[in-house]
Amino acid sequence: MTDLTELTIAEALKSLKNKEFSATELTNAYIQKMENTREYNAYVLETPEVALEQARLSDEHYKNGTNRALEGIPLGIKDLFCTKGIRSTACSHILDGFVPQYESTVTQHLLNAGASFLGKLNMDEFAMGGSNETSYYGPVVNPWSSSEPLVAGGSSGGSAAAVAAHLCAGATGTDTGGSIRQPAAFCGITGIKPTYGRCSRWGIMAFASSLDQAGPMAKDVRDCAIMLRAMAGYDAKDSTSVDMKVPDFEQVLGQDIKGLKIGIPSEYRPDGLNKEISGLWDKSAQMLQSRGAEIVHINLPHTPYALPVYYIIAPAEASSNLARYDGIRYGLRVKGEKLDDLYINTRTEGFGTEVKRRIMIGTYVLSAGYFDAYYVKAQKVRRLIKQDFEKAFEKCDVILTPTSPVSAFKIGDESMQENPINMYLNDVFTVSVNLAGLPALSLPVGLDSKGLPLGMQLIGKAFDEETIFKTAYALEKDAAFKRK
Amino acid sequence: MAVDNNTVKQVAFLARLKVEDSKVEQTKDEFNKILNWVEQLNEVNTENVEPLVSVNDTTLPLREDDVTDGNLKTEILKNAPMQEFGYFAVPKVVE
Amino acid sequence: MTYTIKTEKNEWEIVCGLEIHCQIISKSKIFSGASTEFGDDANENVSFIDAGMPGMLPVLNKECVRQAVKTGLGLNAQINKHSVFSRKNYFYADQPNGYQITQYEYPIVGKGNVKIDLSDGTSKNIGITRIHIEQDAAKSIHDLNPKKTYVDFNRAGVGLMEIVTEPDFRSPEEAGAFLKKLRSIVRYLGTCDGNMDEGSMRCDASISVRLKGEQGLRERAEVKNVNSVKFAMQAIESEAKRQVEVYEQGGTIEQQTCRFDQATGQTKFMRKKEYADDYRYFPEPDLPPLDLTDEYIENIRAQMVELPDAKKERFMRDFNLTAYDADLLTESRETADFFEKAAKGHDGKKVANWILGDFFARLNADKLTLEQSPIKPEMIGQLVDLITNNTISGKIAKDVFALMFETGQSPIKIVEEKGLKQVTDSSQIEKIVDEVIASNADNLAAYKSGKTNLFGWFVGQVMKASKGSANPQMVNQLLKDKLDK
Repeated sequence: MTDLTELTIAEALKSLKNKEFSATELTNAYIQKMENTREYNAYVLETPEVALEQARLSDEHYKNGTNRALEGIPLGIKDLFCTKGIRSTACSHILDGFVPQYESTVTQHLLNAGASFLGKLNMDEFAMGGSNETSYYGPVVNPWSSSEPLVAGGSSGGSAAAVAAHLCAGATGTDTGGSIRQPAAFCGITGIKPTYGRCSRWGIMAFASSLDQAGPMAKDVRDCAIMLRAMAGYDAKDSTSVDMKVPDFEQVLGQDIKGLKIGIPSEYRPDGLNKEISGLWDKSAQMLQSRGAEIVHINLPHTPYALPVYYIIAPAEASSNLARYDGIRYGLRVKGEKLDDLYINTRTEGFGTEVKRRIMIGTYVLSAGYFDAYYVKAQKVRRLIKQDFEKAFEKCDVILTPTSPVSAFKIGDESMQENPINMYLNDVFTVSVNLAGLPALSLPVGLDSKGLPLGMQLIGKAFDEETIFKTAYALEKDAAFKRK
Repeated sequence: MAVDNNTVKQVAFLARLKVEDSKVEQTKDEFNKILNWVEQLNEVNTENVEPLVSVNDTTLPLREDDVTDGNLKTEILKNAPMQEFGYFAVPKVVE
Repeated sequence: MTYTIKTEKNEWEIVCGLEIHCQIISKSKIFSGASTEFGDDANENVSFIDAGMPGMLPVLNKECVRQAVKTGLGLNAQINKHSVFSRKNYFYADQPNGYQITQYEYPIVGKGNVKIDLSDGTSKNIGITRIHIEQDAAKSIHDLNPKKTYVDFNRAGVGLMEIVTEPDFRSPEEAGAFLKKLRSIVRYLGTCDGNMDEGSMRCDASISVRLKGEQGLRERAEVKNVNSVKFAMQAIESEAKRQVEVYEQGGTIEQQTCRFDQATGQTKFMRKKEYADDYRYFPEPDLPPLDLTDEYIENIRAQMVELPDAKKERFMRDFNLTAYDADLLTESRETADFFEKAAKGHDGKKVANWILGDFFARLNADKLTLEQSPIKPEMIGQLVDLITNNTISGKIAKDVFALMFETGQSPIKIVEEKGLKQVTDSSQIEKIVDEVIASNADNLAAYKSGKTNLFGWFVGQVMKASKGSANPQMVNQLLKDKLDK
């Protein structure tokens, strides 16, 4: 019998329906693999009993013919999602032992669709980081590592590694500046950050509220389409979620892309862009062109300013969002004689270096006298960035760019450690999309000379994930990337 | 706008974080590096540009005034590091 | 009336503005579906949102918006069709998120004004700067444990309107009159219960002083959380006097926060305004801007109740009341409604006298509220009619009123059943007069011999004999005729 964990969600669903194996068997296969493959440090909490109980229910559903969209599919959940009765920590020391008494809307949707949860996945602390090295539980190791351990990317590094190493059929991720797409690219899997407002943020620990979006990370484009349909939907509990019908994304896969206009932004090809990456980019464009798509050169002139804007707005919002972690109602409490001592001791010990750095920057840019110069200025430039995309989409239907300027680097890379900005620069191709609230998908299209996966990013118009999926599916076929 | 050691300490207090005296200098340098970097935004002409507050042009949804939540005392207190008599307990706050 | 603080050297003027936090009347909290009831067990009416749990998001309560707009219209204020929620960041045990959701740059209500009437008969307009809506904080309990403070989140997230005035107050009296007027308006509107002692209306006062005639403002002290009109007036007066003393001794006032000590009637220094007060306001990213339509606002305007000022004028005009009486009758909507029902079709001025006199005195004596009154408003109108048409005398009316209060019966029924109807039949009265004169020969003789002051005695005897039912004017006339014959 083949290794069940290597099946895609679509394949597994088909076999489950045909009773080729049971949900319990599938879940057991994943549990075994998960327990035998701890070297990647992908999971921070394994919940095999929970998964098996859910699988048992799924088998009932299959027996009764009441099986749902993701019936019996074992998933991994990023630790940023609050899961009822299951420890959720955002991989921060400050949330030690926190067991939410509520289920996030997105994970509830997945449960309602019949999925089972194998455990909580490692991530950068509070999703702040691009290499999964800021996690309180230690870095995730990229399954593509050979001689030395490489990063899985971040912040959804555990999700990407778990999917790549078949430790779950699919995973949830969140993306604030590239946290789904960049680790997906580093680990050779597919992930989509949907349009802001497509998925509810309720029950997901907030990093930067105006940028955060949940999305699926999976083995291929089809699996992402299946998962996103289950995860998305208007939620009255999230005032920023948008009341729009969720299409059956799977239906568009395989549709003709003839005549589709693919935008290539010149600003995404700075001097010194890695030749292998720019080469793959050109090749990807050609593949789409050979299917009848039209290549259009576009401009996104404010691209160089996206990172500075992001590194003002995200820390500002984070400094406020993370103020609730004060040692009073949940999580870590470090004693202090006075209330302020308790706050300071708890927060100083509970947060890691990168989180503290961003809280400090965010606090500063919001403080009196600097607010206009930094925050308001950033909001204005953010509007210009959004307008860039609006203008570009007058000329094209979808935009193709690389996902990241680099492939996976080694854990503890000196240049990144030395200057945080070097790490921030890795987000250069992904952050604009969050600032503009647009959907974007990353899929693997090839390997670099080191044998590491490289990803391409497809950016769509707001709420037009369908065009992205359609295009990505075509590119996936032609690129014929070989999964780990 | 360069930040000095004192500002680092003030910002840390505002955020209820402690920067060890031995780390203040280093934190200040790091701070200034990041601030210098984000200040490239000053190159952008933003005259007559409205700050973007909400990325989707959606209106704020309003909820009916119904009691639909609460009565969760056990759940609310479940994760409390210290609770007494159904209250959260903190060090004495002197008014 | 000019109020100043005079010292040996100088004459000082008070400059004061108020910020009043009014708890909005709504069933559920402003950003969560938990109940606003208080008095329940600690942490009972708390949702995960109110407790600031990770991943929780606010959803705005429709009713809180409507109540704020209503209040804005009641204060003759501009309603802002576009408003934005902001976060005010600070750490405190009663602040679960580490920030309060409030409105900062773009409040829901802009400039307005309120007229206050002062004891010297003058009135003055007080400028309203703005009203914004926000969430209330939790409650800290300090007296249950000597070493710890306990936090109860039941109040956390209850909707508040913060009403900010211009620094228009020049005396404690003006501030007191304003607070009373504001309380009366929000109660009329049903947007806040106005109970300062229960904390549903709380007042902060910004106080500074300056030499009379001086332009510009000096540094101010903010007195926090004063919980009665009287205390607010005391706080303003004592803080102003304190500042004057400091200045006169050559000192300076720093911007500071104080609290009012009820025991001493003095303000007490809490802390200086400093870097810690940097609240780092920024737009709340969890809530898109609030946009209201003209239609929405006009709809609320069309449903506005008549407010105290308008009612007072109408009462003066329609019922011929004095400003003083009209003021008293319109202070609360319930009293005004009671009066109007009572006065309808009757002599309004007399009805007002009865309500403000005997009726209120009796309610107070029996510690009853208006709703608990055994007397229905219509009955007071009937009682006034019985006096006006000479069915009963004013004196008998007092007895009837007492019976009405005890039995809840209408005065008509009481007068009928007890036979209290005034006797106006002159032959009947004449008979009694004759009897009284006949059986008091010595007093008659004394009267005739010049002791005319016995006339009153005779009247009393006749009234007594008639059990008070004889018409007093007729008794007078008949006695006069007979005695002076």
